[in-house]
Amino acid sequence: MLRYIFRRLLVAIPTLLLLIIICFLLMHAAPGGPFTSERKLPPSVLANIEAKYGLNQPLFVQLWDYLTGILLHFDFGPSFQYKDRDVNDVIATGFPVTLTYGTISFVLATVVGVALGVLAAVRHNTLLDYIAVGVTFSAQALPNFVMAPILVIIFTWQLGWLPGGGWNGGQWQYVVMPVIALSTSYMASIARITRSSMLETLHSNFIRTARAKGLPTRKILWRHALKPALMPVLSYLGPVFVAMITGSVIIDMYFSTGGIGLNYVNAAFNRDYAVMLGVTILYGALTVLFSLVVDVAYAWVDPKIRY
Amino acid sequence: MMISARLTIAGLLASTFLASPVLAAGTHPVTGEPLADDQTFTYRVLDEHSSVDPQVVEDVSGSEIVRDLFEGLYNQDADGNLVPGVATSYETNDTKDVYTFHLRPEARWSNGDPVVAGDFVYAWRRLVDPELASPYAWFGELMALENAKAIIAGEMPVDQLGVKAVDDHTLEVHLSQSIPYFPLMTTHASTFPAPRKVIEKYGAEWTKPGNIVSNGAYVLTEHVPQERSVRERNPMYWDNEHTIIDKVVALVINDENVALTRYLAGELDRTEVPAGQYPRLKKEYPDEAISFPRLCNYYYTFNLSPSGQEAVKDVRVRQALSLAVDRKIITENILAGGQPEAYTFTPAATAGFTVPDVPAASMTQAERDAKAKELMAEAGYGPDQPLSVNLIYNTSEAHEKIAVALGQMWKQKLGVQATIANMEWKTFLEERGNQNFDLARGAWCGDYNEASTFLDLMTTDSGYNDGKFSNAEVDALMNEAKTADDPQPLYTKVEQIIAEQAPIIPIYHYAGVYMLDTDVGNWPVNNVEQNWYSKDLYKKAE
Repeated sequence: MLRYIFRRLLVAIPTLLLLIIICFLLMHAAPGGPFTSERKLPPSVLANIEAKYGLNQPLFVQLWDYLTGILLHFDFGPSFQYKDRDVNDVIATGFPVTLTYGTISFVLATVVGVALGVLAAVRHNTLLDYIAVGVTFSAQALPNFVMAPILVIIFTWQLGWLPGGGWNGGQWQYVVMPVIALSTSYMASIARITRSSMLETLHSNFIRTARAKGLPTRKILWRHALKPALMPVLSYLGPVFVAMITGSVIIDMYFSTGGIGLNYVNAAFNRDYAVMLGVTILYGALTVLFSLVVDVAYAWVDPKIRY
Repeated sequence: MMISARLTIAGLLASTFLASPVLAAGTHPVTGEPLADDQTFTYRVLDEHSSVDPQVVEDVSGSEIVRDLFEGLYNQDADGNLVPGVATSYETNDTKDVYTFHLRPEARWSNGDPVVAGDFVYAWRRLVDPELASPYAWFGELMALENAKAIIAGEMPVDQLGVKAVDDHTLEVHLSQSIPYFPLMTTHASTFPAPRKVIEKYGAEWTKPGNIVSNGAYVLTEHVPQERSVRERNPMYWDNEHTIIDKVVALVINDENVALTRYLAGELDRTEVPAGQYPRLKKEYPDEAISFPRLCNYYYTFNLSPSGQEAVKDVRVRQALSLAVDRKIITENILAGGQPEAYTFTPAATAGFTVPDVPAASMTQAERDAKAKELMAEAGYGPDQPLSVNLIYNTSEAHEKIAVALGQMWKQKLGVQATIANMEWKTFLEERGNQNFDLARGAWCGDYNEASTFLDLMTTDSGYNDGKFSNAEVDALMNEAKTADDPQPLYTKVEQIIAEQAPIIPIYHYAGVYMLDTDVGNWPVNNVEQNWYSKDLYKKAE
């Protein structure tokens, strides 16, 4: 197992390198540059700026400088857009915010989603099932960019209970709405996947055998049904977790949370090359890491899988 | 519990004592209005500011912060007139190419150091220094500072810049050409002084709260990127006594509808009104929804370069397309924020500018449409030979609505097939800059409040003339206007040529459309550049 993990981590290095190179080239291929603006800069001013940031060098030199900067100094470069900050700073301030609301949303979506799904499956075709299915379908139909402004209208304007945005160091009042807006549709998906997989499991032969030998329902559920039923959920949770902790531009946009998601999208629009690359590397590394975690978790859940 | 309670009370007392404004909880010294106890002004900004370094900042929201943190030679008052800042007066020579500014001796940095002429020399050299590579270095060239051009090009050392400190309180500026309105330019953020000691000590980190030292009415006390920035009263500011607002909070809210909701919930004192919502808000909140003219225009430019299609090089086609645009529909039904319709390039709000008579302005829309059809037919386009044009704009809801409306009007009235294409911002700039269009959206906000800031765009050499319009008479008139005692007749002539030649289709002129809390006093609605200073505002008691 350890050897497997080690091997996977080793493979991650060329994967990330390839990601950096592709992303770097794509970015430079996009029309316009970081200093293209409505007010076109005079050539001499532009030349000074490009010299300052090394943008006048050939592409491969820029790429080499960028890579050596990361490897030797852990320096991900400057932000062209926010000139008082560098990429390390952008990530260091944005990522903890996203990690916080992302993790809370993930735990909430998973716990509530799985519980709702199991409940609906166990009480299949009862009123409870219909309610659960109804709730999850409507939750999934409500995208977060619709939900976010509605939440602000209800909780901030009409009721006056919660602040309409900001982060304030992660004080709970500021976390509530982002978490609701981010977790709802994921929760619904998790509930639906759990429900159908649980139904399938409950109809399988080994459960019938367990019932036949007279095991109580609770024991059947916890000891026998839950683990296999969670297999498809688990493979869904890996990418969902990465998506949640790497941020949602919608949440950052509507709630001014200052997370990394908005920085990422802005960087793309502004051709803020280094920020864009820095966040891509972060996303890439997290994706590689969590797909590994999911694979390891598989082995734990499913005894048939051995590495 | 006891300890923390006592600490809190002590903290409160201390902060009240320290920050205690001379005037809060009293009455306004001029108007006599009762003032609110809490003098905090909170407003919405669309995006995170680019920087608060005066020589580096390049965006509007950053400049608003910099104007509060730093003070230049001159400020603007509520009407946009020049009022003394660090300078108390100036003299100039007959040729208006040497200016001597006298600085007030009581001006202080927030660390207590005196503000001296050397701080301006340092800042202005910094502005043009290739090493700093400021995106606003061109402003040094625009100001015509002696040798600025050569220094930016790296051909001369920075100490050759035409600015020197005669003594601590006298600043002498040498220009490479005569500029009668030079002092107006010293209200621009890039000309504000910079604290040399602090910049040398902290390097790029100098603008962080805690490190930053500034000479304006406020100091930066908090900055949470993409969320908020807070500036608080600078007790060292020379005119602190007359400053009323204690604290200014800028909240970054990307979505304008969420910002509006948060305004209505009382979280903000000011926000922008989303396009189309002004009439409803004016009805519901008549005292809070305000609209006033701004110094910006909105237009479409024809591609007159060799890459443009032949049809749009026919002046009759350009005239027809311009005449067929029903500006009223755009200003009243799409934008609906009190924007004036435009028939000239320069907005009526521009100081010292009288809008000239151009034929289209006084016609009814029916007359314009009839004339447009006539011109199109003359040019040889009609149902049998329909004209096709492509039109580009950058992605935005309002731009899209306008582009669709234009296409629709041309199709209905003239049978023109318009292909409209939206593009992401940088792609759009690249395409427009490379003349890959027949018609492209454009907008311009004045760099300073004088008609040449707009009309210069129509000259052949202008770097912003993406339509590549070139007219020798316009070039000559604009050149003459630079030194003319009364440039208005020249500007009138230029506008008339633009109306005749129609290199652009003026659509509308901007309006500032805000929701502004009635508690906020002295918002400068008459300052068309919207150069506002928190130190001039106040909050009335409810």
